[in-house]
Amino acid sequence: MADQGKSCSCSGAPKLIFPCSGGSDVGEITDRAARKLTKDGAGKMYCLAGIGGRVSGIMASTESAAAILSIDGCPLDCAKNTLEQAGFKSFEHLRLSDMGIAKGKSPATEERIAAVAAKGAEKLAGQRKGCCG
Amino acid sequence: MKKIQILGTGCPKCHKLAENTEAAAKALGMEYELVKVTNINEIMKFGVMITPALAVDGQVKVAGKVPSTEEIKKLLA
Repeated sequence: MADQGKSCSCSGAPKLIFPCSGGSDVGEITDRAARKLTKDGAGKMYCLAGIGGRVSGIMASTESAAAILSIDGCPLDCAKNTLEQAGFKSFEHLRLSDMGIAKGKSPATEERIAAVAAKGAEKLAGQRKGCCG
Repeated sequence: MKKIQILGTGCPKCHKLAENTEAAAKALGMEYELVKVTNINEIMKFGVMITPALAVDGQVKVAGKVPSTEEIKKLLA
């Protein structure tokens, strides 16, 4: 077949990152850290709202991800709970309050964003689940 | 009639998924229309990040995998 040599995005399932992206200062840090991780090539930020909304394409892609990282700003764990309620059980979780970044007292500085991104990269580096059948 | 869409830019896995899906649909004796969606912008509209993917009547059933014909029969049923 003439097009057998074409490549596509099935060659390597990405590591997906789901920040809570909440309205607080820590929510902003999760969002910006996820974007930094994407820019740095550690994984790809994806849409947590698509999981909540059970968007079929987002659900199916997440099921095939090489790894999943959820990032929550506070102990409400909205991102983690959203993934779990959608049926995802095997993923890494990062909670900013566990890193001493307190809600309402932690403006989204570059230093904090970098620290969260570094911790996220560390967690992603150690995780790889089965993918691409 | 079910609308079956194979999402992928045309690599061997995409062809294999189309082949297995067609075999599954024929085995089930169902009426179907199979469309290959190769434009990456059209694929992105499904929210799919990993291809190949299979959509049935607009709903993505699987992404990043090539299920067997038997497995696809369950997805189509």
